[in-house]
Amino acid sequence: MSNFSLADAAIMVERPEKSRPLGLFFWICVFWVGLNIFGAIFANLLPLANPLNENFNAINAGPGLHHLLGTDDLGRDIFSRIVYGSRVSITVGLGAIFIGYGIGAPLGMLAAYRRGRFDAILTTIMYVLLAFPALIATIAVLSFWTPRSLLKIIVVIGIASIPLVYRVIRTATLSVATKDYVVAAKVQGATDRRILMKELLPNIAPIAVSFFLIGVATVIILEGALAFLGLSVNPPTPSWGNMINEARTVLAQNFWLAFFPSLALCLFLIALNFIGDRIRSHFDVTEVKL
Amino acid sequence: MLLVGIVFVISVGSFYLIHLLPGNPATVILGFGATPEAKAILYKQLGLNKPIYLQYFVWLGNILHGNLGISFISQTTVSSVIRSALPIDGEIIILSQIMAFAVAIPTAMRSARKPDGIVDRFLGATSFTLLSIPPYILIIVMVLFISIKLGVSGTGPSAYVSFGTDWITNLESLSLPAFTLATGSFVVYYRVLRSDLIATLQEEFITMARSKGLSQRRIMWRHAFRPSSVALLGAASVNIGGLLAAGFVVQYLLQIPGLGYTLILAINESDFLVVQGIVLTVSILVVAINFFFDFIINIVDPRISRE
Repeated sequence: MSNFSLADAAIMVERPEKSRPLGLFFWICVFWVGLNIFGAIFANLLPLANPLNENFNAINAGPGLHHLLGTDDLGRDIFSRIVYGSRVSITVGLGAIFIGYGIGAPLGMLAAYRRGRFDAILTTIMYVLLAFPALIATIAVLSFWTPRSLLKIIVVIGIASIPLVYRVIRTATLSVATKDYVVAAKVQGATDRRILMKELLPNIAPIAVSFFLIGVATVIILEGALAFLGLSVNPPTPSWGNMINEARTVLAQNFWLAFFPSLALCLFLIALNFIGDRIRSHFDVTEVKL
Repeated sequence: MLLVGIVFVISVGSFYLIHLLPGNPATVILGFGATPEAKAILYKQLGLNKPIYLQYFVWLGNILHGNLGISFISQTTVSSVIRSALPIDGEIIILSQIMAFAVAIPTAMRSARKPDGIVDRFLGATSFTLLSIPPYILIIVMVLFISIKLGVSGTGPSAYVSFGTDWITNLESLSLPAFTLATGSFVVYYRVLRSDLIATLQEEFITMARSKGLSQRRIMWRHAFRPSSVALLGAASVNIGGLLAAGFVVQYLLQIPGLGYTLILAINESDFLVVQGIVLTVSILVVAINFFFDFIINIVDPRISRE
């Protein structure tokens, strides 16, 4: 994941801090993510067609004035379905990563700070869990743990993300925990809690935020895959993934149907990944091996 | 030791899946109209009338004898279902890896020679964009343009022909899936190899080789690529789980009867023992391949085992 190298790091250390501006594209990405979240929250209040409303007078319409991005084979408005569909992706993305951070981050920090047997055992367990491919593990659990619901999907993906978050946070904390100012704080008799909260936490925050965004993107890809396989929220509730799944069979006839939700998904992912990547390179000069 | 632990966790996890089903597993798996004979077979397979920890050992004993149970849809053994599907996944993955390495190695070398040059920036931006395109979208775009718009035959949905029947048509039908998987792998390999090569090229032995007047090609391949190939193997090892998963999605779209498509069909038909068998097989496979790669890396780079 990381395209940093030792050479980059060496160059950046020599530069004055925060020399690299965030750039215009960064703010475009922030705007885009903000717009998507705004749309997801206020979809009901916006002047949108009902995403479940079937209109048999306008089936498979191409993009146009009446229906901005056209309609599907049941005459449902695609633009409206994409806006409503973002709710599923964003809810699952944020929800699952919150679970991952809620459990993985404190464990990762503690393990890196305490070291010793606690760290050794915990890290081994996490590496065992990491050996499972997340998509296959979630498919397995969700196919048996029926009936499916949004909450179950969030919980399953959230649990699957714990070892990933743990690894990133532990590595980040390790690189900070041996710094002089941490040792100095210890010598001055600071409590463990104080060192963790006041010395370590602020210093790993940029990496934590950066990986949070990249993590949300990863989860959205995963949820999309589940929805594409028909294992996420049930239709007719729209989600980007299940819209692509429904469009799959009519690719040749109406390719707009697959194109627009795919585009929405990709643009959102690019924006998230770019923001995450830029935050890391802006604040951080050391490499975190992902 | 770690391997034993991982396999144990996988087996308990796969075993327990059946118990996530709501209600009595036998009724859910077989349906209400099940014959007593079928129920008896299932009870024997799963040890359902025993306490749960004993059920695990009954189940494990069966698995160790290669008995994964019977598919209650097709009435064939689960192991034979897996045996006919698995080679297709293997073929797609091997094809994709050949493509990915063939593109990633030269491009990473080109990038590493002049970091931040035009070529490097272009490849950097390209790989970054590709990172945000999930396989299920990539394969749709591919099918749309290559099989539908350009009309290349044998590449669309349900065009799959087995290797034994006609190997040329077989390769055609697997070309888009392999290409899709290769794209994802390329991004990973390119990024890992590029940053590792840049670091390697700073080393003194490279300066030494340069001052001896060795050719660029020889320095790149012989002196820089060799140490950096360890990082590449590590990336390939981590990548394998993702590849299998991406393969599932791609097979689903094109109806290629590999493990992925079989798995989704089994889920939709509530053929739970097939689902369980495939999940178990894939998990064990991923772990085994990871350990195999670790072993290879130890041979390529003896420093690692000494650490």
